This record gives sequence, C-alpha cells and structure tokens, in this order.
Amino acid sequence: MEFFLISMLNGISYGLLLFMLSAGLTIIFSMMGVLNFAHASFYMIGAYFAYQISTYIGFWPALVIAPLLVGAVGMAVERYGLRTVHKYGHVAELLFTFGLAYLIEETVHLVWGRSSVEYRVPPSLDGSLFTLYTTTYPIYRVFMMAVSVSMLIGIYLTLTRSRIGLVIQAALTHPQTVETLGHDVPRVFMLVFGGGSALAGLAGVIGGNAFVTEPGMAAAVGPIVFVIVVVGGMGSLAGAFIASLLIGVLQTFSVALDYSFVDLFARLGIAIGPDAPLAALWDLTISQAAPVLPYLLMVLMLIFRPKGIMGTREG
Amino acid sequence: MFKLRPTHAALFLVSALFAGSAYAETLKIAYIDPLSGFFANVGEIGLKQFQFVADDINKRNLTGGPKLEMVAFDGKGSPQESLIMLKKVIDSGIRIITQGNSSAVAGALIDAVNKHNERNPDKTILYLNYAAVDPDFTNSKCSFWHFRFDANSDMKMEALTTYMAKDPKIKNVYLINQNYSFGQAVSRAAKADLARKRPDIKIVGDDLHPIGAVKDFAPYVAKIKASNADVVITGNWGNDMSLLVKAAKDAGLNTPFYTYYGGLPGAVTPIGEAGEGKVKQITEWHMNVTPNKTEKFANAFNKKYGGPPAYISFYFLRGNIEMYMLAEAIKQAKSTDPKAIALKLEGMKYAGDEGEVEMRASDHQLIQPLYISTLAKAFHNPKDPTTAKFTGKDKEVKYDQENTGLGFKTDARIEAYVTAQPTSCQMKRP
Amino acid sequence: MRKLKCRPLNPGRWLVWGGTALTMIVLPLILTAGFTLTLLSQIGIGIIFALSYNMLLGQGGMLSFGHAVYSGLGAYFTVHALNLISKGSFYFPVTLVPLIGGLAGMVFGVIFGYVTTKKSGTTFAMISLGIGEMVFACSLMFPGFFGGEGGISTNRVVGQPVLGLSYGPGIQVYYLIVGWALACMAAMFAWTQTPLGRMANAVRDNPERAEFVGYDTHMVRFLTLVLSGFFAGIAGGLNSINYEIVSAENVGALRSAGVLLATFIGGAGFFFGPVIGSIVFFSMVTAVGAVTKAWSFYLGLLFLVMVLYAPGGFASLIVMHVPVIKARLMRRLWLPYAATVVTGSVLLTGLISVVEITYHYSLEADTAPAMTLFGFAFKVTDGTPWAVATGLLVGGFIVSRFAWNAVGRAWGDITHVLQDKAAA
Repeated sequence: MEFFLISMLNGISYGLLLFMLSAGLTIIFSMMGVLNFAHASFYMIGAYFAYQISTYIGFWPALVIAPLLVGAVGMAVERYGLRTVHKYGHVAELLFTFGLAYLIEETVHLVWGRSSVEYRVPPSLDGSLFTLYTTTYPIYRVFMMAVSVSMLIGIYLTLTRSRIGLVIQAALTHPQTVETLGHDVPRVFMLVFGGGSALAGLAGVIGGNAFVTEPGMAAAVGPIVFVIVVVGGMGSLAGAFIASLLIGVLQTFSVALDYSFVDLFARLGIAIGPDAPLAALWDLTISQAAPVLPYLLMVLMLIFRPKGIMGTREG
Repeated sequence: MFKLRPTHAALFLVSALFAGSAYAETLKIAYIDPLSGFFANVGEIGLKQFQFVADDINKRNLTGGPKLEMVAFDGKGSPQESLIMLKKVIDSGIRIITQGNSSAVAGALIDAVNKHNERNPDKTILYLNYAAVDPDFTNSKCSFWHFRFDANSDMKMEALTTYMAKDPKIKNVYLINQNYSFGQAVSRAAKADLARKRPDIKIVGDDLHPIGAVKDFAPYVAKIKASNADVVITGNWGNDMSLLVKAAKDAGLNTPFYTYYGGLPGAVTPIGEAGEGKVKQITEWHMNVTPNKTEKFANAFNKKYGGPPAYISFYFLRGNIEMYMLAEAIKQAKSTDPKAIALKLEGMKYAGDEGEVEMRASDHQLIQPLYISTLAKAFHNPKDPTTAKFTGKDKEVKYDQENTGLGFKTDARIEAYVTAQPTSCQMKRP
Repeated sequence: MRKLKCRPLNPGRWLVWGGTALTMIVLPLILTAGFTLTLLSQIGIGIIFALSYNMLLGQGGMLSFGHAVYSGLGAYFTVHALNLISKGSFYFPVTLVPLIGGLAGMVFGVIFGYVTTKKSGTTFAMISLGIGEMVFACSLMFPGFFGGEGGISTNRVVGQPVLGLSYGPGIQVYYLIVGWALACMAAMFAWTQTPLGRMANAVRDNPERAEFVGYDTHMVRFLTLVLSGFFAGIAGGLNSINYEIVSAENVGALRSAGVLLATFIGGAGFFFGPVIGSIVFFSMVTAVGAVTKAWSFYLGLLFLVMVLYAPGGFASLIVMHVPVIKARLMRRLWLPYAATVVTGSVLLTGLISVVEITYHYSLEADTAPAMTLFGFAFKVTDGTPWAVATGLLVGGFIVSRFAWNAVGRAWGDITHVLQDKAAA
C-alpha cells in the first residue's frame, strides 16, 4: 500500500512536470501549426537562466524572471527566424527549429560548459512535507505539482476569459477577419510563441533543480514531449494533460513490475528456456523496458487511434 | 601475396632509418578521448592530468632521454570516431596511444590495434588503457599490445564485497545498474561474489534500467525502499547516479550506495549534500587518503587547474602510474619502440604512491591496492581560510571535491593481492 | 528550377555522371596522404546514405528524424553475416555483403514504414523520431544481438582473396565503396524517373489531388520508404565493412541528425544535392573538427543559415547560376559577389573570433588564458580581444548588409532580363 501510494504520487508529479513541458508545445502547435523541435531547448535554457539568476538574487526572483527571459528569446526566434521560413511551409519551420535546438545546445556548452551546474532546490523548499508510512515526501515535488496545476488553470482562464485569449483563438481560425478588425496577427503569433516558450522555461526553472541542469537535459526530455503531443492528440491541451499523466503513471508503475514474457508463459504452463528463439526478448522484464513504453504506446496509438486521445484532426 | 614493390622498398628504408633514430628526442603519445560532446569534461580533465604528469617526467628526466609529449585527438566518445582518430594517429607516425573513457571505445581500439599490428608488423602501436574496465580486455580479449592500469570491474567488485562481507548488519542487498555490458557485468559479479562470501545475504532487487534514459528515479527508490535493502550497489555513472542519489534523499532512503563512479570528475557537484555519508566509491586513490604521498602533486595540479568555474580536482592517480611506468620502461629498454616498451612493461613492479603495483605479465592487468571511501563534510579548520566554506568536524576529510564542501573519507584499504583475479587470458606474443 | 530537372539534358547529364565517377576513382591516386582515404571512404558511404535519405525528404516530402534506424540495422545484419561467413556457416562473397545490409534495411522499412507512413509532414517527423528512440533504447537492451555499448566487431578479410581482392588494405575497401556508391547513385536516379518516383513527387506536392487521381498516398509513401531503407541498409553494410565494427551509435539520434544536416545543406530539391552535402558535411566534421572544438557549433550555424536564406542548399545556389551563365550575365554579379566575399570575411572573422574566445574562456580562462587566433597572441581575460572580436562581428554584419543588398539588386535585374528574354 505504501508502495502504491508513493508510486501514484510520484507518477502524478512526474506527469505534471511533463505536462508543463508539453503545454507550451501544444499551444504553439494548435495556434500556429508549428511543431517546435527546440521546445525542450527552451526548457533547458530556462533552467540555466534560473541557475544564473539564482546565484545573484535567489530562487524566487528567478522563478519569475527566467521564464520571462525565455519568453523574450522565444519571441525573438519567432520574429527573426520562424517568420522568415514560414513561407517555405511547415517542414522548413520544423527544420529551422531542429537547427535551433542543435545550436542552443552548443551555445549552452559555450557559455556554461559541459558539466552540470550547481543549481539547487532553495532551502525553503528543501526537506520533506509529510511522511507516508515510512517514506518521506519532499516539499519540492508538491511545489512542482502546485505550479503545474496553477499553470493549467492560468492557461485555461487566459485562453477562454481574457481578451487576448479570445483574439488568439479567433486568429487561429479566421486570421483575415481578425486582421481586418485591426489586430496585428503576426504580433499575436509572436506572443503565442513567446508565451509557449516561457511555459517551457518555467518547467525548466522547476525541473532543473529537481533533476540535473546539464547540456544533455533537452535531448533527454525532447522525444518524450513529442510522444505526449502525439498520444494526446496533436494540438489538444486536454489531451496533452491526460497523456502526460498517463505516461507519468505508466512509467512509474512499470518500474515496479519485474515480470517478463517468460513468467507470463510459465503461468500458462509453457516453459521458455534460455535457448528458445528470441530468448532475450522474452526474458526482458517490464521494468527494464519501462523507458521504451511511451514510444510503444505512441506506435500503438497511431495504429489504432491515429488522431490521439483528444485529437480532432488526423495529422 | 606480399611482393617487394618500390613503395615497399622505400618503406623499409624509412623504417630502417627510423629504427636507427628510434631513441628520438620527443616521444609523442596520442590521447584519444572525448574532447567534444557529452563526455568532454571528463576527457578534458584526463588530458590535463596527462600533460601535467608528462611535464613532471620531462622535468625530472625519468625516461633517461626522450621528452614525452601528449597529443590530443577527439574521439567524440564514439567507437567509430575513435577509430578514425586512430587512423589519424597512425598516419602522423605516433606509436603509443592512451585512452580510458568507455569500454565501448576501448574494445574497438584493442581490436583495431591488433589488426593494424598484424597487418603492419613494422609499425606497431602500443595501447595504454587508463580507465576502461570491462574484464574481457584482460581475459578473453587480452592482447599483447594492450595494458590496463585501472582495476577492472570484477576486481573492484571483489574489493567491495570483501569489505561488505565483514559487516554482519548487511542482510539485504539491492543492485541497480545501467542496462549495458558494464552494468550487467557489475550485477553479475556482485551476485557471484556475494554468494561465495556471504551466502546468507539476500539479493532483494536486481534492476537494469536503460542508460541515460531515466529522468525520474523516484519509482526506483520506492522499489528499493519496499525491498528493505540495507545496501545498494550501483555501477551507474553520470546523471544516472546523481539522480538516483538525489531521489533517495528526497524519499528519506538512508541506505549507503556502493558506487564505482561516485567521485568521477563532475559527479559530486550534482549530488551535493544528498550524498553525504551515503555515497561510497571504490578507487585506487582519493584526495584524503592517509598517508597521502600524492598530496603535493595533486595540490600543484589543483592549483593550476582547479579554479572556477569547473573546480576540477585531481582524480586519476592511475594516469600517473601509467606515465611513470612508461617512462621507466623506456629507460630500461633504451628505446621508444612499442614492442621493446611492451616487453619491459610486462611484469614490471613499480613503487607507486600507494605501495607496490605490478603489471601482471600474464594478462597485462595492473594489480594495485584500492580504497573504499565515503562522501563526508570537509573539515572546517578555523585557522585555515581556505576551509571557510567547510562545515565538517572530521580532520581526516581535509580536502573537498569540486568546491562542494564535501570530500571523501577512507573506509578501508584493500590490498593489491585481495583484488587480484585469476585470468583466462591466453596471450599471443609476437 | 523544376523545369531544369525534367528537361532531357543528356550530354550534360553524361558529363556530370562521368565526371563524378572519374573523380571518385582518380582522387585517392592524386591525394595520397593517408588520411584522405579515410575521409573519402566516409564521404562515399555518406553519399549513399544521404541520397537514400533524400528519397524521403526531397522526393517524397517526408522529414525523418530516425533514418539511422535503417542504415544501422543494416550494418548490424552485415556484421553478423560477415561473422557467420568467417565461421564458415555459409558462403557469400564479401563484395556483395552490403546487399545483406540492404535487405535488412528493407525488411525493417516494411515493418516500421507501414506505421510511420500513414501520415506525412509533422506527424511523420515525430513518429520517425519516436521509432528512432525506441530502436536505440532496444539496441542497448539486447546485447546478444547488438553487442551492448561495445558493439559487434568483425573482420572483413574473410576466406581466400577473390581476384586478388582480400579487402585488407583500405584502398580496396575504398574502391568497393566507390563501386557500390556509383551503382546506388545510378539506381536511385533511375528510380526518380520511374512512375513510382514521379508519384512520390506528386504525393509530396499535393496529396489530395494524388488521392483523387486514384493513387493510394499511404502506399506510395510506404514503398518509397521501403526502397529508401534498402539503400540506407547498403550504406550501413559498407560502413560495417569499412570500420569492422558496429555499435549502438549507428542507430542513434546523432546519426539521424547528421544525415538530415548533410542532405539539407547539400540541397534536398536536387538529385545531386546530397552528394554535395555529404562532401561538405564530412569535410567539415573532419577538417574543422581537427582545428577547433567548436566544430559542431559552426555546423549548426551553417545549417540554420541555410534553412533561413538558402533552403535549396548548395545545389540550388549552383543551379541558379546556370541560366545566368548561359545568358552571359555573370559579369553583373562579379562586383556584388566580390563585395560579399570581402565583407563576409570580416563578418566571419568576427564570428569565429567571438566563438573561439568564448570557448577558450569557458574552458580554461583560469589556467591558460593565453591563446592564439589568426596569428595574434592574446589573453582571453583581457577586454581588448573581446572588443575587437565583437567589433568585427557587428561591423562585419553592418557592411555585409550593404553587400547583400547589392547582390539582391543585381539578382533582381538579372531576373528581369531573363524574364524579358523568355518572353521575347
């Protein structure tokens, strides 16, 4: 029971962090049709900015300033990069963000070196909040969950209740009309891109010290975020939320399952020896395969429900 | 198949000339390790250490003639790129290479060096391995041209389990390793050694997780906790280790972690306080061994390179042993020919800073004493301003790592003979 | 531009093909420095790989982030085949062994391709990325087949030499690569002329219309991918013969990214683009990599600049000059081009200086602040070199803009002249 509860909490908190990452990507994709390959790189520079700022003025200012800075970088990228390649189509945009991801990683090498930096959880959030049976639960994980949930609510309110949110939604479906009503549509797109990047930056501020801030962190989460967007349904925020939690919980629990096909067949009364064909495959336990499961889920999803969990369109 | 053509004749002539002047003024040693990409920081530190010790050798003229010069080649951490670099090394006439990072690269290099030396017996290459620990390299894949100066992973496990076996409180052991050949070797050796020495110890978990793919180790820690493990053994390195230790601290898991690479350059920084009193490592040396004959040398190195931002600390004592033994072999052989050096290195005994070490002739594995040590707070000495940041009370932990305020404290010294393992090597000598 | 591709310019085509073949054959005889052969072999394999990639990107409009899966798995099967041959399990000439890799690549193309090619565009890109990650993770999970991180090694010298070819010396392997490269290039070019190749273009340009005409777009994409997997597998097979080792990096994301970079830099819109791209890419990795640690930064920057300003790659830059040369209008371009070269070299000097000084600063500012750049020795801790470098960068950028504008105007004029001629 202890194990189940703790794992459930771990799964949900990891899922919520994934959601923070994928939310920005999903918003950008649904509004602009651009799949931002460099999204995870914004996550990374968020963490590095936060590290740099926190060495001067502490964690709390960094929590606000770093995402804003990342958002500014995002807007600059949209204004001077994406807008230029937009005329060549979505593949060119994807290529551009791909090159950008590559370059950001190299720039991080250039500025902060290749090892991890000492970006720590602030003392006020260090320690455990409560003890469940015998396991302590860290404050910071609860903080992560709180930020993620409030972010979800914030996005929802901004998009549905605020004036700018309504303009964004309108610009998505009827750009000409919105343009004639006197709104600057390219500027709206720039804001959307910057906002999405800022969300990734926020995830970086929070994830960077929960895990490790190092130049490989973008490449480590990038593919998972794409999986979430595909599984959740391209461009669906609710889908991304469900997919994030699903993958978070799935990965957490699969770690605990030391069962393999050999065990399964043994239950069915079929013995598989080490000499059987593909023995290595049958011997593999679910826990060993845990990090591959999201990709497997993605492939299965594409075969059986190509538009994803909450998707409305097919690709 | 081999006909004497003009080009070959010229080659013979050149090599004859070369042999005449084999005792050259400067002997170049190619350092093939990652200098760009993910593992570049470790590669850079190794290079600096080798250059530093080469300077020392040249200053003291330990080779009895030729000066040593390190030439860096960027293997980019990949076997294939390293092979391309090996070709470059061969083309530039360098005959001695040294490499350490990743057994994958080492395996490829051993194979390529063997093939090259077989196909070009007059231009042989000598390969000095300072850190790749796959046991196969001195067993089934052993080669006359390969010398290993690091204890292999089986030897380190032998040392770890010898130490653990003495502790009657250890009843349950949990193994968590990266799912690749090194991690699997660690898991295998741990199970075999513990079964032999302490059959009462239960292996309560044996996890193999994909290397570098796990972001959140909390689930693994929950599993370790549920298993009631007293001790965790892990061969994890890089983020896979620091994330594991951090997640353990978050969940209040207080078991010690017996690691291979807890003190690798760049490892202590991300672990931080989470590792205090918990992270143990097995190495041939660390900064706080007593008596510390390497202290002066290490301090000189740290003074030159240990500043911000990286705060690197001297780490590879075995690199020094490798270079001093190489110098000694050159001196004894009075030649810089790889084969002559190799023949002198075989069976050489050398009085290292931590006692006598021996390059075992049967498999070219260096037999050396090892230390088990634990991460602890460095000693705060009110009189010494350099320790202002330190908070520890234990005088033995004199130095910290990477400016973290945490240093290593010796738990035990394992004598060289304990670590020695039988070898299955059947070496083919030219 | 497309017009040029379809026009039957046969004499020109023969000249280009013959020239390519001749260059590939003669080059190692002229440049005899040992390392050239290694580089040329890399380029030869890279050409096949990049061309196979361009069947997807250029001809089929499918942007893949996981193409190394096919070449890598092909390489693994080749290595196992070579090991079985040397054990005597069966006989197969080494010369044809890359075919085994090709078949393996094709089989995996069938397996993965059916799922991935259901969609094109962004979805395809993401799924290919996911499949790539999955295969890479698996490659470390099943050491029995993949050899773990150490990979599988082999010996290409198998059995008795056939016709004096043992494939021991590097030069023999090089000519094996050249032979396969030429054959694959011809085959892939021929494919672009087949109905399937044309349909791939149609599906790329307008999938709806292709569907209306009665073609199954999924099937066209699927067949293209299977064939592309075949050629990628051949490249992988040659790779394992060349290096005698295959490790997990061969299916890794970095390899997939590399082929994308090479193809795009060369030019995805032209058949010969990837050939140019491979040459540029490998020369850059090897030559620039030998000089500076920042080589991947420069590579990334080159890629980004190409995406932004020359999405047709080097090939399009070359091809767009053909009509100008024919119309004898090049003289209008010489002056602006010269200005671009001059101002551009200032910009480039500034850029390189900034990057190199930053690199040096971040790596060893405290231990070895002295460095030499362009013949000047200085300390990175001083302010002056930073100021000079930044000044060159900014100044170079400003003057370069004038030159670029001049180039733009000249091209505008030329386009007018050419249009007038075409109209007349």
